[in-house]
Amino acid sequence: MKQFATLFAQLDQSTKTNTKVAALADYFSTAAQEDRLWTVALFSGRRPKRSITTTKLSKWAAELAEIPDWLFDECYPIVGDLAETISLILPPPRRLSDHSLSFWIKYLKSLADVEETDCKTAILNAWGQLDTAQRFLFNKLITGGFRVGISQKLITRALAKSTGQSEAELAHRLMGKWDPTTTTWHDLIEAEDASADASRPYPFCLAHGLDGDAADLGPPADWQAEWKWDGIRGQLILRDGQYFVWSRGEELMTDRFPELSRAIDYLPSGTVLDGELLVWRDGHPQSFNALQKRVGRKTVPKKLLNDAPVILYAYDLLEWGGVDLRAHPLQYRRALLERACADLSDDAPVRLSPIIPFKSWKDLAEIRSDARNHQAEGLMLKRGDSPYRVGRKKGDWWKWKLDPLSIDAVMIYAQSGHGRRANLFTDYTFAVWNGNDLVPFTKAYSGLSDEEFRKITAWVKKNTQQRFGPVRQVTPHHVFEIAFEGIQASSRHKSGVALRFPRMARWRQDKSVQDANTLDDLNEMLAIYG
Amino acid sequence: MTRTPLLTFTPNGIYCPSGDFYIDPWRPVRRALITHGHADHARAGHEHYLCTDLAAPVMRHRLGPIDVETVAYGQVLTIGDAQVSFHPAGHVPGSAQIRVQVGGEIWVASGDYKIENDGLSTPFEPVECHHFITESTFGLPMFHWQPQSVIAAQINAWWASCAANDQTAFLGAYALGKAQRLLSMLNPDIGPILTHTAIENTNVILRGQGTTLPDTILADGSIDHKVYKGALVLAPPSALGSAWARKFGAQQTAFASGWMQMRGVRRRRAGDRGFVISDHADWNGLLSAIKDTGAENIYVTHGYTDIFARHLNDIGLNAQVVPTQFEGETLDTSEDA
Repeated sequence: MKQFATLFAQLDQSTKTNTKVAALADYFSTAAQEDRLWTVALFSGRRPKRSITTTKLSKWAAELAEIPDWLFDECYPIVGDLAETISLILPPPRRLSDHSLSFWIKYLKSLADVEETDCKTAILNAWGQLDTAQRFLFNKLITGGFRVGISQKLITRALAKSTGQSEAELAHRLMGKWDPTTTTWHDLIEAEDASADASRPYPFCLAHGLDGDAADLGPPADWQAEWKWDGIRGQLILRDGQYFVWSRGEELMTDRFPELSRAIDYLPSGTVLDGELLVWRDGHPQSFNALQKRVGRKTVPKKLLNDAPVILYAYDLLEWGGVDLRAHPLQYRRALLERACADLSDDAPVRLSPIIPFKSWKDLAEIRSDARNHQAEGLMLKRGDSPYRVGRKKGDWWKWKLDPLSIDAVMIYAQSGHGRRANLFTDYTFAVWNGNDLVPFTKAYSGLSDEEFRKITAWVKKNTQQRFGPVRQVTPHHVFEIAFEGIQASSRHKSGVALRFPRMARWRQDKSVQDANTLDDLNEMLAIYG
Repeated sequence: MTRTPLLTFTPNGIYCPSGDFYIDPWRPVRRALITHGHADHARAGHEHYLCTDLAAPVMRHRLGPIDVETVAYGQVLTIGDAQVSFHPAGHVPGSAQIRVQVGGEIWVASGDYKIENDGLSTPFEPVECHHFITESTFGLPMFHWQPQSVIAAQINAWWASCAANDQTAFLGAYALGKAQRLLSMLNPDIGPILTHTAIENTNVILRGQGTTLPDTILADGSIDHKVYKGALVLAPPSALGSAWARKFGAQQTAFASGWMQMRGVRRRRAGDRGFVISDHADWNGLLSAIKDTGAENIYVTHGYTDIFARHLNDIGLNAQVVPTQFEGETLDTSEDA
């Protein structure tokens, strides 16, 4: 654990990518193979099954620290992390040990079916031999979520440095549903045949937002334009007579979209499509609101399947006849994609997302302004001769989104954030006017600079009217411009509306509370865009 | 008939009717007893100041020409009907707890304090009393300090690794107290120690009072940055990352404060490193200090007052929160944490 704790401290303390990569690469070259495997797993969001509830963990920790439960509960929001809170309140260890990361993971696994009293003894025993930094990591193994600012990209860079393999190859190996309890370092990283698993997806090619002028991109003929659909980015894999659906967040969603199974009847095995999962009705893609009902549903009732049928709107072909096409230019992949989709019948669960022809950037700008009428968020611009790259690389793919909707709202509640933002008030609730009342309608917690958050934090401390646990009711004073991507009716919200991707676009220090928008304004937006 | 308490909490600050004086008042008053020279305790504008002989030079430097009377630790003065004495608080050089006695009743206003002997400040001494006014800056059970020697080893190891990589080590610390404490912990064999003007001004005063500090070089505009390879620069936090700091080229920055105990704060504030060291008492320090006074009535100020007071009541003391004019929580605002 000491070696892993040292690595973690190096990663946690540095803000410099090169330092992090060097620390990781060194670890991947020196740590035990089993520990390396687990480290990759933990940093890519794969964690051991939770064997102990956080409630029990907190209780035992408070007991050991000889503090009452209420005091522990007060500390947690101030620290902003449960695993850390526990590691800090515990008395110093009795004697230090140095077992490996994998040892402790197995140790925790063995507690899955153990009586509570034995389980408690085992946890207390572990705490008694780990220092504060190691305890924090041990607790994280239980509570989950190693958010340490290590992206998949950084891991692949470090692995490339330590193994000599290419980053793209490694990124592909790390995709999909591998499990550190059943695979080995050798099978995952070193073995010859990396595509052994039929479900393994390709890393997604991601786009940056276009911030400058589209005309600066060069001749329009070099570019392909498509609608940017407002659904869920997905990869449909057809291999060995099976189908798999992956989200961009590397979540396997096959079971959630049973209608896509029929793709097997229309397309040959050895096909991988990149596209957008959308609800399709009456010959048109539907808004994200329609898809929302399907998101998060692990099993789909028949009625919902009928009301909100999902298709993959395909815009790229990554594998055809079992051959990886990603190195070929977009034009080539597009031509094959169009051929593959040419014979699809109207009830196939895969459709071809059209290309938007355009002669000049000016024409395209005009087309873009009509995106909302097409249930699109804007346009995608892709360079015709570009390969399908791994991750977010600047230059070949651009998102050219519509400007978001926006409304001016009053901050009425504030709550402190977690992790890096613990002790800063960063999570706010906003309200609009309804007559003389302020009606809360959304929360937002991003969009401001650290400096602005610091200023507001100081203000909140001085202007708290009432406390509800960690939530502060503040004097209505500050007005913020809230930007959002969509609006829909909601019976769960007091205001009757729910926003999509709300964030703070600007702190309107030039506006007074009276200048904020009204519920009528929101309802008007609902009527137009809902 | 209700008797007026010996010390009362007024909009001006802590007031003693029997002696007609205030302790660390935040609005201008006629007679102010000051626990130590930090800005939130020693404010400008009072007619007469009273502090320890060790605290006075820094206060004169910070507040300009003031009418200040000084007293040695333990010396008893009679002010009106009150017997007043100053006792070491261990917070920064010259800092004091102020003991006030009228008849058989004893109150102690502790100002800011820490238990560990930092080698510079006169070490904290518990003072028996009936009523104890305590700070609670770190009054939560996750704050536990390690011995100063452990932190010194961490800082020197960090400095040595910076020096080995041709980086200047910038260590952020408040100008009065923390900076000199860190200075005394540094190993001058690693390289030259440079100081920001704000810190050097205080160093000069403390050296003038006979405090031994390692040699330092003032890093003002005239120095040649290339000469001081492998240097450590002590600077106030506000100067980290400034144009002045950037002139030193490749560098790492670190910050030394009790708040660095929390990972979230460390990641937000610390630059490259955060060292956990404070001039305030930690959780166990606060509890032991309170116990050692023997006081049954505790007044909690500065910090996590609500939570700390509730805990004190839980363990059988009679504790209450003293409203202050300052913000309830001192993180991000405190000068000396």
